[in-house]
Amino acid sequence: MADKPPKISIKNLHKQFGEKIVLNGLDLEIPDGQSVVIIGGSGTGKSVLLKNILGLLSPEKGSILIDDQDIVGMNWPQRESILQKVGMLFQNAALFDSLTVWENVAFGLIEGRGIKRKKAHEIAIDKLADVGLGSDIGSLSPSELSGGMRKRVGLARAIATDPEIIFFDEPTTGLDPIMGDVINDLIVDRVKHLGATTLTITHDMASARKIADKIAMIYKGKIIWAGPVTDIDNSGNDFVNQFIHGRADGPIQMDVRAG
Amino acid sequence: MNPLASIGRTTISFFNTIGRISLFFGRALYHCFTPPFYGRLLGRQLIEIGYYSLPVVGLTAIFTGMVLALQSYTGFVRFNAEGAVASVVVLSITRELAPVLAGLMVSGRIGAAMAAEIGTMSVTEQIDALTTLSTNPFKYLVAPRLIAGVLMLPLLVLVADIIGVFGGYLVSVYKLGFNPTVYLERTWDILEPLDVVSGLVKAAVFGFLISLMGCYHGYHSRGGAKGVGAATTNAVVSASVLILAFNYIITELFFAI
Repeated sequence: MADKPPKISIKNLHKQFGEKIVLNGLDLEIPDGQSVVIIGGSGTGKSVLLKNILGLLSPEKGSILIDDQDIVGMNWPQRESILQKVGMLFQNAALFDSLTVWENVAFGLIEGRGIKRKKAHEIAIDKLADVGLGSDIGSLSPSELSGGMRKRVGLARAIATDPEIIFFDEPTTGLDPIMGDVINDLIVDRVKHLGATTLTITHDMASARKIADKIAMIYKGKIIWAGPVTDIDNSGNDFVNQFIHGRADGPIQMDVRAG
Repeated sequence: MNPLASIGRTTISFFNTIGRISLFFGRALYHCFTPPFYGRLLGRQLIEIGYYSLPVVGLTAIFTGMVLALQSYTGFVRFNAEGAVASVVVLSITRELAPVLAGLMVSGRIGAAMAAEIGTMSVTEQIDALTTLSTNPFKYLVAPRLIAGVLMLPLLVLVADIIGVFGGYLVSVYKLGFNPTVYLERTWDILEPLDVVSGLVKAAVFGFLISLMGCYHGYHSRGGAKGVGAATTNAVVSASVLILAFNYIITELFFAI
């Protein structure tokens, strides 16, 4: 049987802000239906990579293929058709303050897919139930929710349109370990249910081990190691070993000052 | 520090900002005329800008009309020209004071609110979230505010015209002892359609400028609460300065000799 082409293929991606080089020829392939987690320290380019894939930033050089379509330089109508396949859970959930919880969850259905509000409301309540939230939560404002609930609502919004690809930006950051694990379980469960391809960026190793089929480590704007999650403890890579054990000593030297 | 380098940096930064505002203006204008249109959001902005600004604009107009009548009377009485008070009040209000003062008041109220709301959405990744949900932020956030600004400011100014003239009437008749019929006749006789139309055109332009500056500074705010605060200040200051500058330009276009 011929290998399926990767769902997302990133080749030689370069991005810099002024003099600061953030992505420096990054290559990465995300196979269809797999969960890839990118680990790396703060300021190594994880979020910038995600923003480039989503089209929120434009790279200076390189290509990003989603389903064999290069999204770099796409105009809005073309990009919109790609974004229809995508769901995203933001680090702080990024819920719309001016809308209720159910309107947040149903936003992509109403505005992106043109589904009627009544039908979208029903779907939103179902999706809230999928992430363990009752229908009574639907009428609340995002400001009335705890951090864990906001993440769950963000997850419900990310999966509301049954996307083919889901991105998770630091899904457990800011949560206590138990709530973090609850979110990890929900992600694994929902992703398995949808059969989606996922890309997660995190520096939480417990989360990475739970979510990932494959892990890639980013350092100084490049992927320096990639492999199955089962190989992470035997990577033979000093950078990976230092990172996963959280050691201050090693080849990775943290910048004390910004920038 | 090299003073020439500093001047160079400031000049480049100035033209950089002009360029960014021009690009923002072009994109915003394009999205005002191309579907999809968000009627619900436009309705909300029409109410926010028009209805909720009525009290502040009305109060500004009535006190301005009252002060104007009092000040013109005290000046004109020195050379027995107090009969011109009605003319001065109505022309000043319709041509200049109603559009400019309403513009400045709405700039403080609405321009600041737009910059703060969009700025907060920007720094909390809500604008990025809109994009990932296949919704163009320019169409969803900017276009309804621009359209509402252009439509509502003229209506507010029309109300301000009426209330301002009424303020002048109150002071002239009940405090200065003018004959009410004569006062109204003089007001009506001197007023020409162009006086009102020029004020309404100014108002539409000011409404656009207020919304444009509010959205632009909010959209480009960075750096958390401090960035949002700076965006709010910049939105109000830049809109106010532009209102005064465009007031001169439009007056020149309408009434140049």
